[in-house]
Amino acid sequence: MKQLLYSKRLAPYLFILPFLVTLAVFWIVPLGRSFVMSTQEVLYGQATFIGLDNYERLWRDRIFWQALYNSLRYTVLTLVLLIPIPLVLAALINSNIGSTRIKTFFKASMFVPALTSVVVAGIVFRLIFAESDVAIMNQVADFLGFGPVRWLRGDATGLVALLAIALWRWTGVNTMYFLAGMQAIPTEYYEAASIDGASKVRQFIHITIPNIRPTIVYVVTISVYGGLSMFLESFMLYAGNNSPNNQGLTVVGYLYRKGIEENDLGFASAVGVVLLAVIMAINISYLVASGTFKKEAA
Amino acid sequence: MMAALQENAQAATARPAPAERRTRPSTGAWVQGVLLLVMALISLIPLIAIFVGTFQDGNEVIRRGVSFDVDLGSLSLDNYVLLFTDSGPYFRWFANTLLLTVGQVVGTLLVSSFVAYGFAMYEFRTKTLWFIMVLLVMTVPFEMLMLPLYVQVNDMGLADTYTVIVLPFLASAVTIFFFRQYFLGIPKEILEAGRVDGVSEFGIFFRLVLPITKPAMAAMAILNGMLCWNNFLWPLLVLRSPEKFTLPIGLNTLLTPYGNNYELLIIGAFFSLIPVLILFLAFQRFFIEGITAGAVKG
Repeated sequence: MKQLLYSKRLAPYLFILPFLVTLAVFWIVPLGRSFVMSTQEVLYGQATFIGLDNYERLWRDRIFWQALYNSLRYTVLTLVLLIPIPLVLAALINSNIGSTRIKTFFKASMFVPALTSVVVAGIVFRLIFAESDVAIMNQVADFLGFGPVRWLRGDATGLVALLAIALWRWTGVNTMYFLAGMQAIPTEYYEAASIDGASKVRQFIHITIPNIRPTIVYVVTISVYGGLSMFLESFMLYAGNNSPNNQGLTVVGYLYRKGIEENDLGFASAVGVVLLAVIMAINISYLVASGTFKKEAA
Repeated sequence: MMAALQENAQAATARPAPAERRTRPSTGAWVQGVLLLVMALISLIPLIAIFVGTFQDGNEVIRRGVSFDVDLGSLSLDNYVLLFTDSGPYFRWFANTLLLTVGQVVGTLLVSSFVAYGFAMYEFRTKTLWFIMVLLVMTVPFEMLMLPLYVQVNDMGLADTYTVIVLPFLASAVTIFFFRQYFLGIPKEILEAGRVDGVSEFGIFFRLVLPITKPAMAAMAILNGMLCWNNFLWPLLVLRSPEKFTLPIGLNTLLTPYGNNYELLIIGAFFSLIPVLILFLAFQRFFIEGITAGAVKG
């Protein structure tokens, strides 16, 4: 026992042991079973091997493609909104003009939404996008000269509500990421550019953006994961996993419906495997692109 | 708040603006200030709206949605009276969530810092491989794992227990990653000094290193505490007995089309934010550090 506690060779393995156990019991074994189940028909605990039938069923499943389309569409649109807007906001805070008081207040207020649970966010946004003509979004619509709109009944307007939740919750966090990156850029770069007569906009494009490229790559990557695995926002907004014509159904929502609600574990596992394959492909290409493998190996 | 202010003060001294700008704000500063203030207000509107809703009739709020058009005469404290006298299971959910959060935070900090220490302080042969596993686990969204993990814990007979909510996440990849970064900055001489004094490898960790990791502990306590307080998807899958429900789960059960408890839904949702908001105001710096530490979504 004493030797064990003092051994420098054994110690690291004992230190990382909790992670290894977690990895084995709660990741590798379940994911392995998921692969196996995806080739089975699982009914009342009875599993029958059916080869790739689940994947074939998936290929021909119209609702799966719709869910995939919804997830991809949401992912692309969140990227389009949640990268440029926070970038500009971070640049504004990082600039040497303006009141620090306002900036401090801004940072705190933008961060607050990230503290709310998806449950509370969903409840509030259901009420903001309610159908009555006095609900906040319909008041805004009225002010802009249209509406009232039955937001959650239509595909495009329902998507607006989902994107509003994403924007509300993550703009502040992404701004903080970018701000942290920008504060690490040496001020000399900007001073030199000013002497050369470069405008603020040119400085932003030619100094700021290239210097925080690693942060941008990181935020894009986590946004892709977040977008592809989006489920709860829709689940809360539509008060359940069912939305008109499945307009709010995502891949994870479909996995939840098949696996948890309908207990079709084999088929749901196939959905999960396809999604995992997509995510891992992105994951590994990110780690390779960002040079993590090289850095860790060195 | 203070910390953030100090930070800003430092930033201001590190990068002094030309004197004339400080005395008379330029047009640019005006535009920037107004823009930031408007954005900050927009991001606070949903919370202000639900706060106002806590003084209104719950059924009315659900029917009309939240609105800029508030009838000041109809506001009352009825919902607050209801919350503190006749809120049924609400404070049970509150206590459950608190218990679970404290347990999970203490467990996660201990286990994850333990693992991180192994990765940061020792050289061993398979280190790179296992650390890449940490990075992969860190970036795979939980939604990918939920179905197989759900099947797995059902088979292990752990469904409907708090153990299963906590156990798979004690060795939390994000937390391990963060602590590892922190430990890498601690001089290795401390370890050597401890060994010379005859302290065991684990004694060095617990008695010499842990006491000097308070800032990292604070950031990770905040991050994990918030994630746990807001945790929804995993408890939704594994909890069955109503007496074990947590706040997000309980609130979700109130959000049904046939609800007769909408008063409690609105005020309960708002009240669940209070602990997090108070902590945020007190420890803003640690929140921002913790949440921007890794790919966090909840």
